[in-house]
Amino acid sequence: MPYIGSEDTVRDLRRVLSNPNVQSDQLRYRNTILKVIRLPSLVEYVEQPLTAGLRDRAACVRRVAVLGWAKLHNLQTNSEIDAAVVNELYSLLRDPDPVVMVNCLRALEEILREEGGVAINKPITHHLLNRLKECDIWGQCEVLRILQRYRPQSEDELFNILSLLDVSLISPHPPVMAATLSLFLSLCSGLPAVGLAALERVRGPLLAACGNTSREMQFTALCHIQLLLRSLPGLMGEHYKRFFCGYAEPAYIKQRKIEVLVELVNDDNVAILLDELRGYCTDVNISTAHAAISAIGRIGRSYSDKCLEILTELLGLKQEHITSAVVQTMRDLVWVCPQCSRTVCSAVEGCEAEIQDSQGRHALLWLLGVYGEQVSSVPYTLEVFIDGVRSEASVGVKMELLTATVRLFLCRPAETQDMLGRLLHYCIEEETNMCVSDQALLYYRLLHCGIEETRKVLQCRRSDPSLGVLIGRPAEPINQWSYIFNTLEPLRPGAIETESATIGGSPEHMTFDPKPNNDLSDTLSYSFGKTVRSGESEHVQCPTIFRCSPQSLQAAMQLVNIQTLAFTPPHTLPWRVYLYTNTQNKHSADTCHGTLILGELLYTGEEIQKKSKDEENVGVEARQDKREEEREEDTAEGRSEKERVKKNTAEKGIKVTLKQQPRDEKALKGFLSVLTTVLHALSSE
Amino acid sequence: MISQVFILSSQGDHLIYKDFRGEAGSDVVNLFYEKVTALTGDQPPVVMRHKDVHFVHVRQGGLYWVATTTADTSPFTIIEFLNRLTALVKDYCGSLSERSVQMNFALIYELLDEVVDYGYIQTTSSDILKNFIQTEAVSSKPFSLFDLSNVGLFGAETQQSKVAPSSAATRPIQSSRDQGGKSEIFVDVIERMLVVIGSNGVLMKADIEGEIKVKCYMPTCSEMRIGLNEEFSIGKSQLRGYGAAVRVDECSFHQAVRLDEFDSLRILRLCPSQGEQTVMQYQLSDDLPSAPPFRLFPTIERDNGGRLLMYMKLRCDLPPKSAGINVSATIPVPKGSVSLSQELSSPDQSAELQPQSRAVVWKIPRFPGGTQLSALFKLEVPGFSSASMLEVGPVSLSFELPKITATGLQIRFLRLSPFQPGPAQRWVRFGMRTFDSDHEVGPGPSEDPVQDCFHWWIHCLLYLSQQDDVCWTESVCCLTS
Repeated sequence: MPYIGSEDTVRDLRRVLSNPNVQSDQLRYRNTILKVIRLPSLVEYVEQPLTAGLRDRAACVRRVAVLGWAKLHNLQTNSEIDAAVVNELYSLLRDPDPVVMVNCLRALEEILREEGGVAINKPITHHLLNRLKECDIWGQCEVLRILQRYRPQSEDELFNILSLLDVSLISPHPPVMAATLSLFLSLCSGLPAVGLAALERVRGPLLAACGNTSREMQFTALCHIQLLLRSLPGLMGEHYKRFFCGYAEPAYIKQRKIEVLVELVNDDNVAILLDELRGYCTDVNISTAHAAISAIGRIGRSYSDKCLEILTELLGLKQEHITSAVVQTMRDLVWVCPQCSRTVCSAVEGCEAEIQDSQGRHALLWLLGVYGEQVSSVPYTLEVFIDGVRSEASVGVKMELLTATVRLFLCRPAETQDMLGRLLHYCIEEETNMCVSDQALLYYRLLHCGIEETRKVLQCRRSDPSLGVLIGRPAEPINQWSYIFNTLEPLRPGAIETESATIGGSPEHMTFDPKPNNDLSDTLSYSFGKTVRSGESEHVQCPTIFRCSPQSLQAAMQLVNIQTLAFTPPHTLPWRVYLYTNTQNKHSADTCHGTLILGELLYTGEEIQKKSKDEENVGVEARQDKREEEREEDTAEGRSEKERVKKNTAEKGIKVTLKQQPRDEKALKGFLSVLTTVLHALSSE
Repeated sequence: MISQVFILSSQGDHLIYKDFRGEAGSDVVNLFYEKVTALTGDQPPVVMRHKDVHFVHVRQGGLYWVATTTADTSPFTIIEFLNRLTALVKDYCGSLSERSVQMNFALIYELLDEVVDYGYIQTTSSDILKNFIQTEAVSSKPFSLFDLSNVGLFGAETQQSKVAPSSAATRPIQSSRDQGGKSEIFVDVIERMLVVIGSNGVLMKADIEGEIKVKCYMPTCSEMRIGLNEEFSIGKSQLRGYGAAVRVDECSFHQAVRLDEFDSLRILRLCPSQGEQTVMQYQLSDDLPSAPPFRLFPTIERDNGGRLLMYMKLRCDLPPKSAGINVSATIPVPKGSVSLSQELSSPDQSAELQPQSRAVVWKIPRFPGGTQLSALFKLEVPGFSSASMLEVGPVSLSFELPKITATGLQIRFLRLSPFQPGPAQRWVRFGMRTFDSDHEVGPGPSEDPVQDCFHWWIHCLLYLSQQDDVCWTESVCCLTS
């Protein structure tokens, strides 16, 4: 420890401190005070010089003295807080030296920690804001951080503060910019539109920080950009080239950039982005290559053809780690977009020889099991696996092999029967791992119950193709992440959860679970509650509508500019369609943007459905309550809506629930009449 | 709030350790080193955590500069602070290296005392710090005969006296005190660029980031005026006359720069403080004012013995007077390549196969403008398949180009106000550090029937890697106006 001195030093310090005019020699005073912080035995000697130091003429003495009080307080935490000192420190907030002012804030924060830190009232806030320009960047950051605690009393005051802060929002110094944005977001937590405008405003400085010469700064900026994108996915759309990786960049920056690039894909740049990502797939760093491959897979959810082409080409490289990563990516992709299964099946054929790691084989086996009827060579491939099962080390692979073989047996019994028998025999008789032998026993007994039973159990759950539209992550409200903005949290690995970060295993057991139709409504109602403020429900008499095909429904809706989000297959009950539209308000010039209408069509054949519907409504409301208290009127509205629903379900027909933001009665009525017309037209066909 | 700051060498030696708040023990230093060396390649190292201690570090000059802090601190602030600290140490010690930090430990402790008090950053302005820092820097440079070469024989004005050695700008700022009269100002214009060129020779991406840096060795400096090209324009709307020769997209200035004469005369006015500061930063993308300085013509084929033959022709399109230095081309090769035989056109070049980065690195120390070099590499690749061709390329090329800027930015003049006490020497140097030209070379259908049935392509990148330090050999010139 550099500061714990010997007897001599202590004696020496004591002598210096006893001198009543110790602060007359500035440098000596500073050095002495800086040294005593670890020596509780000197406390009694320090108080007097510190009191004198607060009133010294030299600013550098005052700076040291102010922080000296904080040190002193921490040396004897259980002692009483000296009110005189606190008052003195508060009055020093008006000190002409900006560093003294900021140090006072810091010292008061420490001394008054138990009371919640320095009190920030209106005069102090305005004083600090007016002197912000005098501080250097460190001081500005500190002041901005402490001001986060202040709540303006009126909207006028709030906007005055915001306009004062606007200059520092686009400051070329990243710390100041980040601290200002943090303050902005906490000040306008009730005004999401202002928050979004602030995000737009910091785009320039943040992009500049991404081009900073310091890699660490680049990394920090990238992590925070990922946060911003959660609320404003289109923020960086046109600047995608700024996120292309340089050759010599370290892997951690490349991987973050790849994650950002995935978010920026749109129709215009998808070709260029994929071309760029393909280049990263052969990166020397294996994990960067994997990140690039799975990024292509995620883009594939919206642009499957181009991505599958690239992935298939990568299989041609015949590189162990690339093949394994590609197969895992394809597995995830096929789960979300079952329509690509044909391409995937022909691509994975014959690549089992290159895959060495267990996760890759796991993925391959899952694919082979589920799409066994589409690939002609599957029995031979599985036979190789079964012959090698003795030397197989991974438990997961063995269990997947069992499932895949039984599944294959269901669709191609003649070719599989013999090897299934061998596999079951080995697993039951010789396998030492409990999980594997138990699963084998389970399948064995299941097969005894008959083929239909087995099929019921093992039938692979397929995801609903109409889910595809829902893959795009909805924009989150800023409050979701604003509390971790400008902290170390976003820089942690895995802090920003990337979708489907799968570690082996089949997608059936993943967190990204397919939603059977009942859950589907749940997710949607959830996003309903998140984005939309006012609800309206109406009743349309056209009970035959649920028999018409989704395609014709979608086409008809699109004619009148209504987009369908998702629907349940025809002839299922309850039958649901989710749709949305954007209306442009042409009548009033002052509100320039239109309103967004979300709608749910629900056909519950019978009255039994009423109950479930009610439960659902309650669920949604509960979530809403949790999310934002300020929406009390809305929930009240929701309650009345619920009552109306109860009345309506007595009759037979399609229930239409509409939610709208911002509220616009005229547009809503117009929309409803259009929708009714369409539904009637369709059901009369 | 910063709880501790320490500096470690890349081997984990403790160079500097300073505890500001006494909250955590000094064992965190070893803990940090264990953690940072245990990281695998893909984990972001910037922030690490052990219980309540959070380590934030930057790497500069081959050293770890670490601060420990709490979770809710702003990462921007801490990283900016550490960067600022390295800049200060560089200013005061002359250069950043393990040796200079070791030799100047007293000075660095003194700096830390001034800069941070009880974990709170007080000031990092060199104007204020110079009043408090007493310790002289110890320079590690041995006496060299070359330093004498600047002295003109019998006081004659030689060409040499207009050129400063590259080491001139890497001395500590404080030493001017005793050497008396050596008050100098260095202005650096450095541009980094990244260019990607497709296989058909089309420019696919171009990005230039440039900065003007001023390094001032004068304890007090009155106002200084830097004149840029008059035809310098910002953004697309500001074009004047027949399209300006010098254009940038975005431009930002140091807060101390006064811009009242910038709009009309393109003059920056500032009072530089002691040490180094970035006066102006600018960016230009997608629109290169001049042709890329290098062109690469690769030919890649397989011979009958299954070897991979790579014939590289590299042309330097610079004017004959200038030259690229430290040129190095990195050519990714298929995994598992074992031996390399090479034919290079001159003995000062070298090439080697680096198995862990899976690439052939071809180094050319000096490459004069208007010339052409060629190299033939033969690679033994066991288990070569046509798909392995996908792994060849993109070629990246890195180099330094002294005395040239890609945007064409020039410094017209550098004037100090007449009230300057004593004469001062002013030095200006220019350089381009990173040029990335990325050639995607599709060789077209080949005669080889095996390769013909695959549509294969090679994608070559010419890159200039971003090196942390530019070393300027003969590139420093003096402006005597």
